[in-house]
Amino acid sequence: MTTTHPKNPTTHPKNPTTNPSSVIRTRFAVRFLHAMKKLNKKTPPSRRYHTIRAAACASMASAVGPRRAWSRAILRKIRARTLHDHLIHKSRNHRLITRRKSAGLRGNPRDQEEVGFRQEDDLRGLVPGGEGMGFCRLLSETAHYIKCLRAQVQVMTNILDHYSSS
Amino acid sequence: MSTRRSRSRQSGSARITDDQINELVSKLQQLLPEMHNRRSDKRSAAKVLQETCNYIRSLHREVDDLSERLSELLANTDTTQAALIRSLLTQ
Repeated sequence: MTTTHPKNPTTHPKNPTTNPSSVIRTRFAVRFLHAMKKLNKKTPPSRRYHTIRAAACASMASAVGPRRAWSRAILRKIRARTLHDHLIHKSRNHRLITRRKSAGLRGNPRDQEEVGFRQEDDLRGLVPGGEGMGFCRLLSETAHYIKCLRAQVQVMTNILDHYSSS
Repeated sequence: MSTRRSRSRQSGSARITDDQINELVSKLQQLLPEMHNRRSDKRSAAKVLQETCNYIRSLHREVDDLSERLSELLANTDTTQAALIRSLLTQ
C-alpha cells in the first residue's frame, strides 16, 4: 500500500499528519471496515448508501484525528449531530443546537485584501471547516485533505475489488 | 515573550507574504492531476484554486460512487470480515 507515495519515504517526525502515511491509511481501513460490519447487521437496505458514505467520511476524520482543522471540523459536526439526535430524542429541545450552528457558520473573514479570489469561497465550501480558516491555513488544509481523499478512494477501491473477487 | 507571541500571530494571519502564498499554491498545483506535469509553466493562483475545487469535487464523486457500489455489493454478498481485514492489512 505504501508504494503509492514514493516521494515520501519518511514522514516528518514533528508533524506525522503532513502526508497521509500508511498508518492513516490502515486506520481508515480498520474504522471503515468496522463500520461496514456494524451496518451489515442492523441497517435497512434503503439506508445503506447513506450510512456507508457517512462512514467513509467519519472514518477518515477519525483516522487523521484532531491534529488537522478539516478533520476536527468533521468530528465536531458528528459530535454535534449525535448530541442533536440525543436531545431531539430526549426532550425535543432545538434551541441550543440552532444557536450553536449559526454561531459557527462564519468565522473570521478574509485576512488579506490582495487575495480576494472568487474561487476561494468555492474552496471554503468544499474543505470541511474551511469557512473559519485564514487563507494560508485554507491552502495547507486543502493539500492535506486532497491527499486523504486520494487515500480514501484507494482503500475503498481495494475493498471493493476484494469483495468483487471473493 | 508577549512580543514574540504577537509577532507570530501577525505573521499567521495579517502579514502573509506573497512568497508563502506562492509556495502553498505551487504545492497545491503539484497535487492536481492535470497540472502537476506542467510545473514549469506558472499558473495564476486563481486558476490553481479553480482546478483544486474541481479536483476535490471529482474525488467526492468518486467516494460517492464507491459507496454506492459497496452498498450494492453488501446487499448481495455475505462476507467474512475477519478474513477481509487480515488480507487488507497484510497487503
